[in-house]
Amino acid sequence: MKQALIQKLLALFCLGWLLLSFPLITLWDHPATVFGLPLLPAGVFAVWAVLIAVLAWLMERETG
Amino acid sequence: MISTPLVVVTGLAYLLLLFAIAWYGDLRAARGRSIISSPWVYALSIAVYATAWTYFGSVGRASVDGIWFLPIYLGPTLAMVLGWIVIRKMIRIARTHRITSIADFIASRYGKSSVIAGLVTVIVVIGIVPYIALQLKAISASYLMLTAPADQEAPLAAVRWWEDSALYVALALAGFIILFGTRHLDVTERHEGMVAAIAFESLVKLLAFLAVGLFVVYGLFNGLGDLFSRAMADVELARLLRFEAGAHSDYLFSQWFGLVLLAGLAFLFLPRQFQVMVIENVDERHLKRAVWVFPLYLLLINLFVLPIALAGLMFFANDGADPDLFVLSLPLITGHEALALFVWIGGLSAATGMVIVEAIAVSTMICNHLVVPLLLKTRRFRDRSAGDLTRLLLNIRRLGIVFLLLLSYLYFFLAGEAYALVSIGLISFAAVAQFAPAALGGMYWKGGTARGVLAGLGAGFSLWVYTLMLPSIAKSGWISGDFVEHGPFGWAWLRPEQLLGLTGLDPITHSLFWSLLANIAAYVLVSLWSRPGAREASQALLFVDVHQRGGNPQPVFWQGRARVEDLQRLASRFLGAARTAALFEDSNGHTMAGARAGEADARLVQQVETQLAGAIGSASARVMVASVVNEEDLELHDVMRILDEASQLRMYSRALEEKSYSLQQATEELRAANEQLKSLDRLKDDFMSSVTHELRTPLTSIRAVAEMMHDDPDMPNDRRQEFLDIMVRESERLSRLVGQVLDLARIEAGHAEWHNSDVDMAAIVDQAVASMAEQYADRNARIEMSGERRPGLIRADADRLIQVLLNLLSNALKYLPDEDGKVRIHIADTQEGVTVTVTDNGPGISEAEQAEVFDKFRQVGDRRRRQGGTGLGLPISRQIIEHFGGRMWVESVPGEGAKFSFFLPRQNEPEHTGAAAAEPREEEARP
Repeated sequence: MKQALIQKLLALFCLGWLLLSFPLITLWDHPATVFGLPLLPAGVFAVWAVLIAVLAWLMERETG
Repeated sequence: MISTPLVVVTGLAYLLLLFAIAWYGDLRAARGRSIISSPWVYALSIAVYATAWTYFGSVGRASVDGIWFLPIYLGPTLAMVLGWIVIRKMIRIARTHRITSIADFIASRYGKSSVIAGLVTVIVVIGIVPYIALQLKAISASYLMLTAPADQEAPLAAVRWWEDSALYVALALAGFIILFGTRHLDVTERHEGMVAAIAFESLVKLLAFLAVGLFVVYGLFNGLGDLFSRAMADVELARLLRFEAGAHSDYLFSQWFGLVLLAGLAFLFLPRQFQVMVIENVDERHLKRAVWVFPLYLLLINLFVLPIALAGLMFFANDGADPDLFVLSLPLITGHEALALFVWIGGLSAATGMVIVEAIAVSTMICNHLVVPLLLKTRRFRDRSAGDLTRLLLNIRRLGIVFLLLLSYLYFFLAGEAYALVSIGLISFAAVAQFAPAALGGMYWKGGTARGVLAGLGAGFSLWVYTLMLPSIAKSGWISGDFVEHGPFGWAWLRPEQLLGLTGLDPITHSLFWSLLANIAAYVLVSLWSRPGAREASQALLFVDVHQRGGNPQPVFWQGRARVEDLQRLASRFLGAARTAALFEDSNGHTMAGARAGEADARLVQQVETQLAGAIGSASARVMVASVVNEEDLELHDVMRILDEASQLRMYSRALEEKSYSLQQATEELRAANEQLKSLDRLKDDFMSSVTHELRTPLTSIRAVAEMMHDDPDMPNDRRQEFLDIMVRESERLSRLVGQVLDLARIEAGHAEWHNSDVDMAAIVDQAVASMAEQYADRNARIEMSGERRPGLIRADADRLIQVLLNLLSNALKYLPDEDGKVRIHIADTQEGVTVTVTDNGPGISEAEQAEVFDKFRQVGDRRRRQGGTGLGLPISRQIIEHFGGRMWVESVPGEGAKFSFFLPRQNEPEHTGAAAAEPREEEARP
């Protein structure tokens, strides 16, 4: 149980690092807008928020 | 503008409120009802990470570099993803060893080395002073902005030092920190009040920043869409929303990577973060929620950074307003003074929060790792055996706080104007990141040695000074910038920002790369080539394996002789009389035997040392304890021996546990086996009594008839004939019964003889029907056949199958009605095997009886029809069918007849053949 959580956290860390650094972060780098928001900041904040949400889900699911 | 007295009074009132919260927090802690024992408060206190640099500097950076303010917050977010792994281990270690600071943490790991502790402290002081100066600069600049007349530019700095508000801010803060940071001596006895105040400050700065963000987005513009569309209409501003905005477009990748890594490492090893995350942690489980709440906090406080920066740039188009202060100038210029004041309070929170925690943490380090070791070297201090030293230590810490803040003020006064907030902060981050190899390596690698750490820290710190600190000083104009441009003595390959001609990196990444490279390389290589001392080896084991020791007592790495009296005197000097008494009463429970004769055992000595470490750091505590006890030098093999003993003890207890568990299991199994035997025994008894009962019935009738014939010699002939018929019939039944019992016993025991051959089921059915035809005719009953009659060959014993069918047919006949009795035999031949069904139109069998028909001697239905049956036919039939890998079952609806079926597989595999496996297989004998 404990080991499984640790492995999931490591995987999440790798995923977060990949999504928030080169070259994947440049995927958002276009002069476009979503809902009137510029794509790059909106994309980075969205990835960030999802990362936090998954982390919260992993940690809160574990009891004790 | 806002009048100066109003601002000053508001600021002081806010500080007083903080003090009240801290006081209340301490009060509650003293009563044992902590107000900070909550994961939310813990997460908010970690948010001390967001300083004035975040509050003001992020907007400043965003207005120049676009989204490049973000790596500073993405780094800690990623570090927090691993927080449950890394920070939890740090907390566990710190609690076990009563660690007081990051310097203590590293020094304790490497054999409680006072040299390492001192070096780390020096690096911290040099690295952190600019960072504290940055906070002073922020408070001062925001104060000046708030109080400057609207039509006048805010003065850049006060001209003379005694007019400088920053000096008074620094002194006021020093007083404030002394008041609630250094009341107790023992820093591992946490500063609950301070943590409460810091958490409150985090809340205030978040709310203030969100308030100004909402004001800008919805007060000055019509929402985010409006703001961004207007910004994107401007080519210059649209550029900020793209990635290349971060100045050096050539090395975007390395710079982004470097900043994320730098922020992540600094987050873990900044003295104030270590203080709130590790030392002030009340309960390890709080970390579980904090690891996601803290990143969420960072996300929220950064949400409006970019909008505010863009709004500021549009509002103050090119009129030279300081982007660092947009959060203040935007509400001020639009006449929202109350909001501006609130925002200023938020900025004050961000700055004071950082200064308070940092000053407490660093002053502790200065006291424990620089001053106390020096004092210990002086004879007078060591010999002053009487007297309480706690007051002296407290005063050293207070002086340390004043010293640190004045030093920061000096830096601010001399160099503060040269740099934007962000650059100063990054320089400090790079200094603190040097601790990462020693600290992380120490937590996960047992091979790191003190020499390795000294070499690594020395190399990394020197390179940091040369490649980052000196150039920044040169840029402030305090030393000549020549060596930055052309290298020292004109040696271009030594240029600090292109060391060895390495280009393609911005200064921060360049410095981080070289210093960490040298640091890690020196740490690893020197560690590999040096032998750890005994104390290093033992501490390495205790640190790296901290999770494995869970509930087990720690092994005690100490040997020698110590008098309780000496230890008591030593402890009371540093801990005070009350705590010392408590400590020795406490441990008496454990150490009665050792302490009785006035001798302390190893565990007690270690306990005293750990308590002292909480007051003066592990390295100094080691020295002090060594000075009063008569200890034997610990060699590496002693460490191994002690460890062996401890692990042996653990092993014994585990082995004992396992043994008792397996014993318990064996008992369970034995009990189950016994139950089974008992029930088998009962079955055998039942069987025996059934057999004897069944045998007695025909015997009794034979005997009765025989006695009658014997007693009456004049019996008429025809009557005699009738009696003889009965005797013959009953003896036949008797021998049939005996034959069946023997048969069943043989089949069950696997001794029956089987003559297997390929048989045609249809032929067998025909044969059985033929031999029953006469009996059926006697009762006017019919047999009908249906189903496929193609020659399906099955490997089986033909005689046995006939026996089964005869059994079923004679059974059916017994229960057929007297009129119009009818039995239908159906053969279904499929790929898998053959199913034969025998259906009668008798009274049927009830649900309950269906379960019993295959039991031995169990005859169902009314008594009249059972006559002549032995109760063994069906059990034997079932045994035969199962022997060939098939199965037999009954279906019946009472009143509509019964349907007996059996299925024989075409391929009766050996595992299905049961008893046959033990038989000689005829197929094998064939050629």
